[in-house]
Amino acid sequence: MELVCPAGNPAALRVAVEAGADAAYVGFRDETNARNFPGLNFSPDEMRDAIRLAHDGGCKVYVAINTFPRARAEAIWRRAVATAVDLGADAVILADIGLLAYAAQRFPKLRIHLSVQAGASHAAAIAFYAEAFGVRRVVLPRMLTVADIAALNRAIAVETETFAYSIMCPMAEGRCALSAYVTGESANAAGVCSPTSQVRYERDGDDFITRLGGSIINRFGPDETAGYPTLCKGRFIANGEATYLFEEPASLNTATMLAELKAAGVTALKIEGRQRGRAYIASVVASFRTLLDALERGQDVPAAALQSLDQTAEGRRLSAGAYERRWR
Amino acid sequence: MKGHLALGPVLFNWEAERWRDFYFRIADEADVDAVYVGDVVCSKRRPFFAPHLSAVVDRLHGAGKAVIHSSLALITNERDAEEMREMCASGDLAIELNDIGLLGAVAGTPHVLGPLINIYNESTLAYLADKGAVRACLPPELPLASIARLATNPKIDIEIFAFGRMPLAISARCFHARAHHLHKDGCQFVCGNDPDGLVVSTLDGKPFLSVNGMQVLSHTCCNLLGELPALRKVGVNWFRLSPISADMVAVARVFHSVLDERAAAADAIARLAELLPGIPSSNGFVQSREGRAFVQ
Repeated sequence: MELVCPAGNPAALRVAVEAGADAAYVGFRDETNARNFPGLNFSPDEMRDAIRLAHDGGCKVYVAINTFPRARAEAIWRRAVATAVDLGADAVILADIGLLAYAAQRFPKLRIHLSVQAGASHAAAIAFYAEAFGVRRVVLPRMLTVADIAALNRAIAVETETFAYSIMCPMAEGRCALSAYVTGESANAAGVCSPTSQVRYERDGDDFITRLGGSIINRFGPDETAGYPTLCKGRFIANGEATYLFEEPASLNTATMLAELKAAGVTALKIEGRQRGRAYIASVVASFRTLLDALERGQDVPAAALQSLDQTAEGRRLSAGAYERRWR
Repeated sequence: MKGHLALGPVLFNWEAERWRDFYFRIADEADVDAVYVGDVVCSKRRPFFAPHLSAVVDRLHGAGKAVIHSSLALITNERDAEEMREMCASGDLAIELNDIGLLGAVAGTPHVLGPLINIYNESTLAYLADKGAVRACLPPELPLASIARLATNPKIDIEIFAFGRMPLAISARCFHARAHHLHKDGCQFVCGNDPDGLVVSTLDGKPFLSVNGMQVLSHTCCNLLGELPALRKVGVNWFRLSPISADMVAVARVFHSVLDERAAAADAIARLAELLPGIPSSNGFVQSREGRAFVQ
């Protein structure tokens, strides 16, 4: 299986290549990608250098242009696709139907991957994108069990890429306006969910309160580690009880499931985290490289790599997420 | 072209007889031109109201209303996919598509694109109009500037989500079951306890969102009475009223009074507030603000 790794800036890309990434995914420094955070991403010049560096290291580069172009502004997204092609990207990762139609028509030889933001969750949806736009690979939403993925791979003619190590997004990707409802910034169109500009941290006695757009997203006691107030990872009251109603603030980790995913026909494993620092990227990519190499050689699962991934997880808590049916 | 009201599909798990009687009353009393039926959120609910579907459709047709069959919004298994394909192939009713994977099943036949299909720009709308969509209910989060641009496409009618709890997210996980410490597979249909969804509050007790099975809706009630004239002006011809447990016949009457220019928006907003005690209104998305804001 191919190891697809995040690179939020040129330094992270270098680290990912050195740690053994088969491919890195990157975005331009604007609203065309779904990690449009301050200080992240690549200018076209940086992208050119990054692609050269990656190619020299035997690593492919996929450019994510996976937000939904605003009406009256589609030219910005089209230009991003044309620039990625011009700079020699190995693939573009797209979600919007209009942009897919443009890319397929304008650049017939371009390799197109379907972003998880397109939310293609069943065989007919994937077949639509494959037949209409020549999509070669689909990044699967984080809602399918391993059995679902195996069944899908038997039914479709394109490659699948699945999340291997990431935060857990409980909502159907690309179809969530929760953050926009509270902050006014559309995750789909502007590429930012729960934007930092609308985050507040407050002390309340011994407790720590996090807010998004003014609303309390969580309250942490003195014994808890405060996390970032991503809306769907917050604690809310329903049915008289305060709980993590939508999702626990835990990481998704498939490190012990790689053989199953391979048997299910998965082509590529995605590590999430373009917002992460170099140390994180180096550690996680190296661990997965070790695990995948061992799997290919039929060796035992290397315990040190598993342990290392346990330590880098968000909130230090791990879950198989939706890969197990009980998640639902 | 004159402005039309459409009644959206009941998103909640209403008890079957209540569901039937609601649509009967809509057929008999509501001044709406189109009515959507069918379950958008969870395929497990369908067997309950399915026995009443043909009587509801007959009554609505008898009252001269166009009836559109809404599809599921999120398909994650082949059983649901097959059931949806059969629904599309039956040819009895026009289909509202809420999962793009069904496009092949309706290609070439006139259909409506639901608010859960991502249409953000001119190219996407044009592509889908070419595939036979005759009307698109745009995603609720679009601002007026985008709506205005999309409404210039002469090949497809635009519908705007104008009233009701706004669909904000959908999941493969059932939050309603989760709130009752149950799993989706053994959910005991607890979503049926909450005809307007389960209120989700922030930790300081402020109502925030509403959970409807696998769907998350706004706590605020979308209210675009004040925006109707502007939306009409840019070429929007259809306005969707999404059912909640309020008097939807009266809600339709209030919207018609503004649509027909018989009432001022401010008076209509006051009358709507009387019909919705305790439920805050919002129009933030259309106003390029946070969706829960109400700009007057």
